Amino acid sequence: MSGLTIENISMRFDLPNGGSVQALKDVTLDLKPGELMSVLGPSGCGKTTLLNIVAGFLAPTEGRIAMNGHTVHGPDAERGMVFQQGALFEWMSVRENVAFGPRMKGEREAQYGANVDHLLDVVGLQDFKEKAIYELSGGMQQRVALARCLANDPDVILMDEPLGALDALTREKMQSLVLKLWKETGKTIILITHSVEEALLLGERLLVMAPRPGRIHKEYRLPFADLGVDQDLREVKKHPDYNKTREEILAMIWDMEEEIMGRTEESA
Amino acid sequence: MTILAIYVAIFIGGFFAVKYITASTQPKDYTSLKTVTFGDESAVRPNRAASIISIVTIFLLWGSFTGSSLIPSFLHAPAAYTGLGEFNYTVDANGQTDDATVTVNVHETDGEAAVPEVEPGDGFAKNDSISIAKYRSKLLRVDANDEQGRDEGAKIVAVNGKAIEPGGEVIVDFARIAMTPKGTLNIVPKTGWQMQPLYLPPPEKVASRLVEISSTGFRNSTLWEHLGYSLFRVIVGFLIGAAVGIPLGYAMGLSNWFRGWFDPVVEFMRPVPPLALIPLVIIWAGIGEVGKIVLLFLAALWIMAIAARSGVSGVNITKVHAAYSLGASKWQIMRHVIIPNSLPEIFTGARVAMGVCWGTVVAAELVAAEKGAGMMIMVASKFQNTDIVLMGIILIGVIGFSIDVLMRWAERLLVPWKGRS
Repeated sequence: MSGLTIENISMRFDLPNGGSVQALKDVTLDLKPGELMSVLGPSGCGKTTLLNIVAGFLAPTEGRIAMNGHTVHGPDAERGMVFQQGALFEWMSVRENVAFGPRMKGEREAQYGANVDHLLDVVGLQDFKEKAIYELSGGMQQRVALARCLANDPDVILMDEPLGALDALTREKMQSLVLKLWKETGKTIILITHSVEEALLLGERLLVMAPRPGRIHKEYRLPFADLGVDQDLREVKKHPDYNKTREEILAMIWDMEEEIMGRTEESA
Repeated sequence: MTILAIYVAIFIGGFFAVKYITASTQPKDYTSLKTVTFGDESAVRPNRAASIISIVTIFLLWGSFTGSSLIPSFLHAPAAYTGLGEFNYTVDANGQTDDATVTVNVHETDGEAAVPEVEPGDGFAKNDSISIAKYRSKLLRVDANDEQGRDEGAKIVAVNGKAIEPGGEVIVDFARIAMTPKGTLNIVPKTGWQMQPLYLPPPEKVASRLVEISSTGFRNSTLWEHLGYSLFRVIVGFLIGAAVGIPLGYAMGLSNWFRGWFDPVVEFMRPVPPLALIPLVIIWAGIGEVGKIVLLFLAALWIMAIAARSGVSGVNITKVHAAYSLGASKWQIMRHVIIPNSLPEIFTGARVAMGVCWGTVVAAELVAAEKGAGMMIMVASKFQNTDIVLMGIILIGVIGFSIDVLMRWAERLLVPWKGRS
C-alpha cells in the first residue's frame, strides 16, 4: 500500500539515574498520499519524538514505520524534514542550499537548475539566491528551508514547528505559503505546532496528543485547510465552526496542562 | 614614579582636551549622552584620538627621558650634569682654618677623561682637581696634597661654607658631596632624570641601529635572514602541526576509539607549556632547524587537534539530520556539513596556534640558535647592545601583530559566516 503507516509505535528513553521515561505509547496512524496533518499537544507529549522516529533519526522501542509498504530503517530522501531553525548551511548561498539534495544525488546543474530556480520563484527568493544565509531574515530562512526540502522531491514532508520562531505577520504569510505548496505539489505533510490556530488552519487532519505517556488523544477532520487554499486565512477564521473547534481544543489542552501541573505539585 | 605621574597626567589631560575639542561637533544624541548605551559593551568603540595620543605619549616619554634629539630640548627631562664644576672645602688644622677649591670635570661616558689643571693656591690647603664620568661617582682625598692633612690631625669641617662631618653630606649646585666615616669626600655629580643609554637608548639610536643592521647584518646574517628564519620555522612547524592535528581532531570528534585513545594524550599535553619542552627537544634533536620545527610542531599540534575536535563536536545536530533527510551519505555529510561547519573553530585555533608558535620560536632561539630574532636579541644583550635588543623586541612585536592581522583577514575572507548562525 502507498502512504505512511505508523504501527504501534512506543518509545522509552532510559534516564541516567536508572529509570526510564515513556515518551510514546502505542501510537498508530495511517496517512494517505497528499494528506495534510497537523499535530498538536502540550509540551512533553512526544510530538517531536514521533516526528524524529518517522524521519528515521530515532529507532522506536516497539512498533514500526512503513513507507509505501517498506519498513523505515533510517533517514531517507523520501521523507524530507523542515526544522524550526538552524538547519540551513551557512557556508552555502541560498541557491546552493536549495540545490543540496539534488547535488548529493549526483545530479548536474543542467538537471536540477530549472527546478531549483522555479522553487526559488515559488517561495519568492529569486532575487536573494546568491545571498548568504546569515544575510536573510528569519522568515526568508524558513522559505529557503521549505524550498530545499521541496527540491529533493520527497513523498512526505515532516515539519517540526517550522514557523515557531517567526513573528505573527510573517507567520501568517508563511501559513498561506505552506497551504499553497501543499495544494500545488500534492505532498503528504505532517506539521507539528504548539499553536492551536496554526494547527486548525494547516490541518486537514488534526491530531491532539496527550502527555505521559505520549499518546493520541483525539483526531479531527477539518475543512479549514481546503478553504485556506483559495481564501484569505483571516476569512477562514470567520467560519462558524472555527471558533467552536478552537475553544474545544484549547479547553482540552488546558485540562491536560492542569493535570500535569497538579501531578507535579503532588510529587513536590 | 615621576614618569607614571606624567603618563597619568597626559591621559587625563588628553581626555578633557579631546572632549572639549569634539564637544562642539558631536550631536547630543542618546549615544553621546551614554544613557542607554552605558553597560552595552558593543557600543564601546576605541576612541582613535586616544590611541594616537597614547602612542605619541609613549614616544614622547621615551624621547624625553633619554634626551632624544628628535624632540625639542625644552621637553627633555633634566639631564645628568656634564662639564666643569667647582666647590670649596674648609680645613680645620688645630684651630687654623683654610679654604681650597676642588675642580670637577664631569665628562661623557665615552669621552676623554682630562683632569683639569689647577693652581695649588695659597694657604696650607691646596686646590684639587678630578675628572668623573657621567653617572659615576668618585672618592677624593682632598687633604692628600694639603700641607696639613688628615694624618696631621686636620679635619674638613665645611663644604661651600656648610658644615660637614663624617657620614654627613652637602648638596652643591652640580653634585652631592658626602663624607665617608674616615673623612674622605665622595663626589656624586647629579644624574638628572634621564635614563642611561645602557638601560634605555633614545629612539633615534634604535632607528639608526635598524638601518645599520638591515644593511650590514648582525653576526654574519642579514636582519632579514634572522627574521626570515624565525618566520620560516613558525610557518613550517605550524603547517605540519595543522596537517597532523586537524585530521587527529576530526578522528577524535567522530570515533569513540580515537577519542578514547588520544584523549589522555591530548588532555595531558595541552596544559604543558611548549617552552617546557625546549630542553627535551634540544636533547633529542639538537639546536638546529629540526629541533625548532619539532618544538613548534608540538606547540601547534594540540591546539589544532582540540580546535578541530570541538569544531566537529559543535556541529548543530539538526544540520546533520537535515543533510541525512536530504539524502546525503555519511561521506557527503563529512565533506559538505562537518568540515565546513568546523572551519570557524579551526581558524580560531590557527590564530591561537600561530601566536603561541611565534612566542615559542623566539624563546627557543633565546636558548640556543645560530640565526633568528630571539638569538639576535640574546647575543645583543650579552654585549649590552640595548639598542639592538629594543629593535629586536619591536620587530618581534610588529611581526607577531602582522601575523594576527593576516589570520583575521583570511578568516573574514574564508569563513564569513563565523559567529553569524
